[in-house]
Amino acid sequence: MSVTVKSKRFVDEVIEETPGGHRLRDCIQCGTCGGSCPSGAEMDYTPRKMIALVNAGRREEALSANTMWSCVSCYSCTSRCPHNIPVTDIMYTLKRMAIREGRVKDNDGPALARAFTHYVDKYGRSFEMGLATRYHLLNRPFAAMKMGGMGMAMFLRGRMAFTPSKIRNIGQLQAIINKARELGGAS
Amino acid sequence: MKYAFYPGCSLEVNAAAYDLSVKAVAKTLGLELVEVDDWNCCGATEYFSQDELTACAVIARNLALVDPACGQITAPCAACFLNLKKVDRLMSEHPDLDQKINQALAAGGLKYRPGSVQVRHLLEVIYKDVGEEGVKARVKRPLTGLRVAAYYGCQVVRPFKDFDDPEQPTTMDEILKWLGAEVVDYPVKTHCCSGHMTQISEPEAFEMIRRLLYCAQQREADVIACACPMCQLNMDAYQGRVNGFFNTNFNLPILYFTQLLGVAFGLQPRELGFGKELVAAEPVIAAKVGAA
Repeated sequence: MSVTVKSKRFVDEVIEETPGGHRLRDCIQCGTCGGSCPSGAEMDYTPRKMIALVNAGRREEALSANTMWSCVSCYSCTSRCPHNIPVTDIMYTLKRMAIREGRVKDNDGPALARAFTHYVDKYGRSFEMGLATRYHLLNRPFAAMKMGGMGMAMFLRGRMAFTPSKIRNIGQLQAIINKARELGGAS
Repeated sequence: MKYAFYPGCSLEVNAAAYDLSVKAVAKTLGLELVEVDDWNCCGATEYFSQDELTACAVIARNLALVDPACGQITAPCAACFLNLKKVDRLMSEHPDLDQKINQALAAGGLKYRPGSVQVRHLLEVIYKDVGEEGVKARVKRPLTGLRVAAYYGCQVVRPFKDFDDPEQPTTMDEILKWLGAEVVDYPVKTHCCSGHMTQISEPEAFEMIRRLLYCAQQREADVIACACPMCQLNMDAYQGRVNGFFNTNFNLPILYFTQLLGVAFGLQPRELGFGKELVAAEPVIAAKVGAA
């Protein structure tokens, strides 16, 4: 006798990982989110279509889309949704799932997030000059060259530092980070 | 009035003009800002893209470090403000998340009780706590004749709607009017500056920035006032690149609203970080408001 273990459905995973995410089941496909989105034109699927894909269980199309990486976290969709669906937070969940499952296609979003959090974990502060080198030179050297003039103008006005600032009690922050990772099951 | 103060990473270097002007203006207004000792980065939008629980714990460390006697924390950066407020709210509404975040904090010998610190953007503090009389009483050089577009961007007014309207906010407009400025109608005041998109897709980012500059130019604004380091950076530092990309000729100084408060209070330009912006603001201020 065999027991069939039904794997968790895609929509349930998204809901579980998004506080307030259960409301995405209430989506009426009105399109207010897509119409409000400043990046909608650049997206493979607008937020409305993305919610439909999640509800329909189409994991692969959803997670390999560029939609969430075009999201600028302006919260217009979230603010205007007539059913209070936390659309922006769902985009964050989809970003995390896409990274975890290795489904991101041709997008620098994950590298930027990785470079940014690297400096927070290491110093407790963000480090723009470090980001400029670590992220730009590794991912997009041509763009880094075009940024050069602007970087110099910023430096001359005292708006760019070559060394990071570091918090005093970095050990405490790292202990908190390690514990959170352990509790969240994240790597 | 005493507030825990969370400057955020941008104010250390790239938004030093915001830092200088916030502190100078707070002093004039009698707001006591007590910097959170050893605060850490709020993670901006990037940490949430990687790991939600850790992002929350990193943010919560700052709330846990607030002196309980303060009871409220103010942040001048929109992203810092949003993150601090978001985590406090998430912890209040989701006991399971609260428990996990506090377990993580405990690994660093800290704890935080949601709701024990009120999170407020600096705009709200000046609008509500100082108020019209308090601001007007300090005005020495009215900004009469200076046409200002008040730009709020996204995260000061969304998703939390308890301080100003998410679509048509007016608090910064009001503050600028108290200073004597002529506030222009600016329908894109809550449109996005493109956030981190300059780092991922320039064509996409530049178009969002262009719309903001174009609208201000159409309304014949002399300057754009903002309340967030990211907004300032995108509209100011990238303005030359945007001009090159679209073959436009925008020449719009982007100032922090606190710099304009400082000018009206008669403070010196250097105290307020003037000269750090890439599109120079001093010529138009001198022409419209007069020399300091």
